[in-house]
Order: sequence, then structure tokens, then C-alpha cells
Amino acid sequence: MPKAPRAVVLLGAQRFDPTLVEAVKDLGIKGRIAAITAGWQEREEEDDDLEEHLATLSVTTENLRLHARAEEVFRADPEFHKAHRERQALLRHRQDFYRIRLEHALDAAQVIRQRQAPEAILEDEAHASIQAIRDLDHMHLSRCAIDRGEFEDRYRPLKRPALAKHRSEIAEIIAGSEGVAIAGGHVASLLNRLDLFGIAPMLGGKAIFAWCAGAMAISERVVLFHDSPPQGVGAAEVLDAGLGLAPGVVVLPQPEFRLRLDDKERVQLMARRFAPAVCLAMPERSRARWKSGRVESQQGGVFELREDGTHALSVARHSVPPMKGHVAS
Amino acid sequence: MTGLTPLAITTLMMPGTDARKVDEFLAGKQFPLTEGPNVTFVWRGDAEGVNLRHWIYGLETATALSRLPHTDLWFLTLDIPEGSRIEYKFEVLRNGKGEWIEDPRNPNRARDPFGANSVLQAVGYEAPDWSTKDDLARPGTIDQLVFDSPSLEGRRNVQMYLPARFRRSRQYPLVVVHDGKDYLNYASMKEVLDNLIHRLEIPDVIVAFTDSPDRLREYANDEAHARFLTEELVPDLAARFPLYDRPQARCLMGASFGAVASFSTACRYPGFWGRLLLQSGSFAFTDIGKRNRRGPLFDRVVEFMNRYRNEPVAVSERIFVSCGVYESLIYENRSMVPLLDATGMQVRFVEARDGHNWENWRDRLREGLSWVFPGPLMFVYE
Repeated sequence: MPKAPRAVVLLGAQRFDPTLVEAVKDLGIKGRIAAITAGWQEREEEDDDLEEHLATLSVTTENLRLHARAEEVFRADPEFHKAHRERQALLRHRQDFYRIRLEHALDAAQVIRQRQAPEAILEDEAHASIQAIRDLDHMHLSRCAIDRGEFEDRYRPLKRPALAKHRSEIAEIIAGSEGVAIAGGHVASLLNRLDLFGIAPMLGGKAIFAWCAGAMAISERVVLFHDSPPQGVGAAEVLDAGLGLAPGVVVLPQPEFRLRLDDKERVQLMARRFAPAVCLAMPERSRARWKSGRVESQQGGVFELREDGTHALSVARHSVPPMKGHVAS
Repeated sequence: MTGLTPLAITTLMMPGTDARKVDEFLAGKQFPLTEGPNVTFVWRGDAEGVNLRHWIYGLETATALSRLPHTDLWFLTLDIPEGSRIEYKFEVLRNGKGEWIEDPRNPNRARDPFGANSVLQAVGYEAPDWSTKDDLARPGTIDQLVFDSPSLEGRRNVQMYLPARFRRSRQYPLVVVHDGKDYLNYASMKEVLDNLIHRLEIPDVIVAFTDSPDRLREYANDEAHARFLTEELVPDLAARFPLYDRPQARCLMGASFGAVASFSTACRYPGFWGRLLLQSGSFAFTDIGKRNRRGPLFDRVVEFMNRYRNEPVAVSERIFVSCGVYESLIYENRSMVPLLDATGMQVRFVEARDGHNWENWRDRLREGLSWVFPGPLMFVYE
């Protein structure tokens, strides 16, 4: 079994009012931190702000360049590049078809909720509606896992020379670092690169700092959400399993403008759908720290969505058996 | 009346109203004067009569303004629903002749291929901020390409939009637009694309703005036009630009006859155009007989639509349909929706309190484009 990280710290958005140094200082880190900014895609190496921010503690950074390295791998190994593109197309289809089913299940739940019937029946049907949605989420995760397994069996990414060379360099940098900072950005792209280079097993014994998409990617299940997208009311959807380093929670960054917390039905649906995991909304300046698989401390306004449709400041008590993630196990 | 408050214009309906009182009334006010749902249009000057000319289906196309006794002020108060946007002109009658003019007291104008109209923005309407230039949004580029089309037996110019961060190493979805120049000139489509991409509401996308020298013929279910788009233009663009080669990444769009051209092309090549964006489509049909009330210009459209309505099939995957409720075409567009929906295509239909005009189509671009090609907003957390 891979060694667990020394600590996992989830942070709110760092773009305008960064709090990373406070978290780094609390853990007494003085050495180098490896940075993962693959979620920024082509802008991956524009990490001057991050570097300067940590330099205030005399902590140095080294960017793992996962996005750029992946491009180099693709250039060096065209067969793998083609296979990877095909896999991405397959994932898009999976997500699309899952979304179609999901939208119908959510519509059905809405219709049933509007019906007149004895309260006991309505309550029972409401549970059935939620269960139907949970089943879809579960089916989607299972399919993603099967597709991933088939891809890995067929193409053996970590054994391919072009990729193995980079992986070895990455492992060396992480080994020489006290911590790893995982920034936000495009969560699917980030997760893809973390997965591609098999990063999770390298994180044992390290302090992990992750925010926004980074925090989502290292949780056990990545849930995409936006209550007010331009094309109409948005339905939260599961993307895939994450690295599983922050068990028992669904991480919801930027709740300030992504969540309609005044809509009790939406809050309730979200909380019930992902239970027993706790939906943890992480606004700017918020922070939550895991140790030994449970939340050890929280500060700065982390709050959780409750099954009664309300939300409240969270307290450090989450200790839920982790789901079966694709990398953490 | 707005509740118990009399309308402002009634203060002039007292005995003794003269030019000075009219001056005082007009000073400092924005016209047309909106007081809740009541909108008062005014025009001042010597005339034999003044009419409000508009294109609201369901109201008389010309509605007379009344002259305030003993003054040269003409006025008309209408009950206009919240959120409405109405284009209009005044028709001033002098010496038995009518002259159509823009409202000199209203700074709001909408341009179109025929000139410009004054615009009434009722309570609740706001011009979308994503339709004007945003300095934070990196601008894409527009370059002109020339195509020799065997199908159309001639040259065609196409204006190509490439997103700001265009890279040859990436792949992009494609949108092909009918009446491209008008979408660029009158619906601010370049600014809209720049802004929606910047806001992550649509992905980076390549857009081909096409035009026709004879749109009423070529857009009315024309085989050669459909062949040009599908068998000539798209393969040519695919050879020049890094486009995804899948129906889900190909959108055909247009307004009015451009929507007919989009839909009929998709029907001729089922499965090829995976996304359609149809605005105020001129989807004329008949339930009995072969000729629609709209006249012979629509005969080919009616023939096509009647055939499709008789045997509706899925020809695309996702279709966005929009129409103004003040258009006569609202009936045809509303009729299309259940028909399309029943085929298994995903359909989103949006109505607006607006007419058959370019700013209506501009205002629906955000919902439409983000529906056919949702951007990475759901994926980006930073």
C-alpha cells in the first residue's frame, strides 16, 4: 500500500488573495515545493506569482511541467498520442451520454416533486429519485474506471519509454521536495495529467496543498457544478474519480458565484446525492486540513451543504470510508 | 396610469398648455417615456399626422399619434410588456405624403442592412454586456478567404474568425454562419465570440462567415448551396485549419431564410451537422393547400417544410431555436419545436419580446452558442 501524504491541505481560490503561505508556514515547511499547474494548460509555466508568493517564506518552487511534458510525450510517441486522443473522444461521449440520462432523471425528480400525493409516498419517491441519480453517477464512474483499465492494459502508459523518462524526472523532483502545490484551472486537463504520469503514488510523506480544480482533483470524486451557466439551469455532474487523497468530501470551489445557496431544493439535492460524502464549499481564504484520512482543522469559512437544504459553517469531524478511487487504492 | 399615479403626459392635458409648458415637459426626459408598462412616444413639429411604424405582429403596423390641442406635440401611449425591445420609426405626414424618420428624441438606434431604426427599450430590457467590446477579452482575428465553388459555379468570399489563442496544435469546433456580414455588422458577432470565449462560456471555436449574392434563392432549400457547404466548404476548411472531424463539432447557423438554409442543408446531409442554431427561421408551411399566405417567395420553403413535417426525422443532435414573440414567424417556430423534439434531437427553444431583427438575434447568441457548444466554464476552477 502506498505511503500516505504527510498532510493534505485544501484551500479556497488563490488568485486574488492567496493564503498558501499561511498553510505552508503552519506545517513548518522550509524546503522546496514542487508545483503542479497543469490545469492552466498552455499557460502552465506562467507561475511567477506562485513563486513570488512562496518566496516570502524563502520557500523555493519547481514546476513539474506536467502539461508540457505530456505534449513532449505525445510528440515522441505518435501511436500513444493517437490512442490518447481516441480515449479523450471516448470520455467526451461517455460524459455526454451520462449527461443526457442525468438531465432526464433530474427532470423526472422535478415532475414527481410537483405531484400531489400522500406525504409518505412523496417522501419515498423523493428517495427513489435521488437513488436513481446516484445510480447514474455510480454507473458513470464505473464506466470511466473500466475504460481507464482497458486503456492502461492495452497501451501500458507508464512503461512507454517516452513517458517513463519524464516520470522518473518527476519522481526525482517530488522526492527532493517537502511538499507539492496543486493549482486550479481546467480540472479535466489537470486530472488527466496527474493520471497520465501516475503522480499519486509519488506523494507519500509529502505535504499536499491544493486549491480549486487542484482540490477537486485530489478528492475522491470530481463533481462539476455551476448553478447559473449561460445555457440555463445547470446540473452538477460527476466527471471521474479523483486521486482520493481527501476522502469523505465533495469539494466545491468558488461557491461565491457558482452555487445558488438560497435555493433549498438544489442544496438539498446536492447534499443527498453525494451522501455520505459531505459537500464542502470552499470560498476564498478558506482552508481545510486532512491528516490520517480525516479533517483535522478548518478555517476561513468552509461550509457544508446539508440534507435539509440549508448550509452552515463546517466543523472538523469528517471521517468517512473512502470510495474506491482509481489511483489512491 | 401606473397604479394611482397619473402618466406624465396628462400634465399637459390641462387648459392653458402652451409651447413653454411643452418645452418644460420635454426638458431632461428620456423618450420614449417609460412609466412601468406604459410607454409614451412623442414627436414635435408641424405635420398633418404622425404614425408610429413598427414591426410588432399582432398590433396595427401604423398607429396614429394624437396631437395635443393648441400645441405641435404629438403623442401616443402604449402598454408594452416588461422586457420588450421594439424597433420603430415615425411616419410624418405632410402634403399628403409620408416620410419615415428615426425618433429624434431617442438616442437608441439599431442598424440593419436597410439603414437604422429607433429602439424602444422597455422596463426590464438591458442590452447584454457581452455584446460590446470588453478590453479584457483578447480579440480573435478575421481574415478573408476566397473559394471557387463548382456547385455554385463561382467564387465565394468567406470571412474566417480564429480565436485569440489559436494554435495549430489544437483542434477546434467549427461554426458556419449564413448572412455572415450581417451577423458581423449588425449582431456584433465578433465581439460576442471574443467575449463568450473569454468568459469560458463557449470553447475556442473557428467560425466561417458566409454570404450569398442571391440568398432568397440559395437559402430556400437549394441543393447546390447545401452541397457547397457540406462537400466543398467544410473539407476545404478542414484542410486549412485544425478542425475536429466529428458531427458534434460542426454547427450550421442562420437567421430567417438563413435558418431555413441551415435546417434544409442538415436535412440533405443527415448526421453531418451535429449542431444547428436556428434564429427566427422562416419555416413557412401549410396544413392544407400548397401555397402559404406569405407568397411565392416561400413556395420552395413551404414545399420543403411540408415534406419534413410529414416525416420528421432526426438530422442533427442538438438544435437551438429562437424567435421573437413580436414576429409573425413565432407561430411557425413554436410549431417546429415539438416536431423536432419528438425525433430524439435535443432541442432548446427560447422566445424573446422582440421582433425580426439583428439585435434580437444578437441578444440570443449567448444562449444559443453556449447551448450548441458549451464552454469550459463547468471545467475551470481557478
